[in-house]
Amino acid sequence: MIRALKAAVLAVLLTAAFPAAAVLPDEILADPALEARARELSLELRCLVCQNQSIDDSNAELARDLRILVRERLVAGDTNAEALKHIQVRYGDFVLLNPPVKASTYLLWYGPPVMLGLGLIAIVVTMRRRRTAANPRAEPLTAAERARLDAAMRREGDA
Amino acid sequence: MTALSPLARIEVEQSQMRYVLYGIPLLVAVAIGAFFYFGLGGNPRNLPSAFIDKPAPAFNLVALPGRTLGPHGDPGGLSTADLKVGKPVIVNVWASWCIPCVAEHPLVDRLATKEGYTVHGINYADKAGDGAGWLKRLGDPYAKVGFDIDRKAGIEWGVYGVPETFIVDGEGIVRFKHAGALTPDLLEKTILPLLKELQ
Repeated sequence: MIRALKAAVLAVLLTAAFPAAAVLPDEILADPALEARARELSLELRCLVCQNQSIDDSNAELARDLRILVRERLVAGDTNAEALKHIQVRYGDFVLLNPPVKASTYLLWYGPPVMLGLGLIAIVVTMRRRRTAANPRAEPLTAAERARLDAAMRREGDA
Repeated sequence: MTALSPLARIEVEQSQMRYVLYGIPLLVAVAIGAFFYFGLGGNPRNLPSAFIDKPAPAFNLVALPGRTLGPHGDPGGLSTADLKVGKPVIVNVWASWCIPCVAEHPLVDRLATKEGYTVHGINYADKAGDGAGWLKRLGDPYAKVGFDIDRKAGIEWGVYGVPETFIVDGEGIVRFKHAGALTPDLLEKTILPLLKELQ
């Protein structure tokens, strides 16, 4: 029983795959605080070769170059924003995995909340209208409407 | 057909109104569909350069070692100053290990030899000797060729793959970038007209 349990635990541990970062030992900075910031920034930057991986994930040579560049900027005393900017002016907005808010991305950023708002308004309006329809007494007929209805009913009856 | 009673007419009007409302989601869906269709049509490899309409980046490369100069050859290294010369120049980033570079090579040669433009090369991420051997085999259409062994100049230019081709105008402003091999179509329709305009 214990043996079987041990084997099961071992099997689980052996098959459990943890996400592995592509950072190589020779890239890692001696200062753990700077290294932590570099890792954080690497997750924000797209590898332009693989495109859907961050440079922290990617084994591409360019990703390695950019990881080293990020570390060089941090060692040179850049803030996180300055280091990102340094790469952004060379590679464009596409290198940022989090697209900046600007005129060309308003649709991207504000489109979904606007659609959600429109949807909510549509639901409220529909529900109100339905409640009125289900409960006609909520709005009694005016005298003029009553007269039109009576006239119509009389004509229907005659036909 | 007899005339509809007032009540029936009201019902008909309401149902027509409903059909108009049903049309709105359909129109919205068609609009979004068209947006995605055209959005997915583009080539994700061909990203706009961050340098378009901006000055070429600062860089300074030594000359490609071991190079036997071709008919347009200039033995000097390549730096930003070589790109601000009062006429358009082409900067072509290539490597000996790059297959599309072989494919586009005749077109690069055409730009330099037949069309008479200045084409500078950046030999990207190559070992010493490999780039020179490649040029000897395939022909050397370049004026200057900078040797970017550590890819630092490539990063300055925002290079993310080879080949890449830039056009810099007489003022040293980057006016065009293409990632990937040049094609005859691109040359005829875009590059040559732009170069003529910048001349």
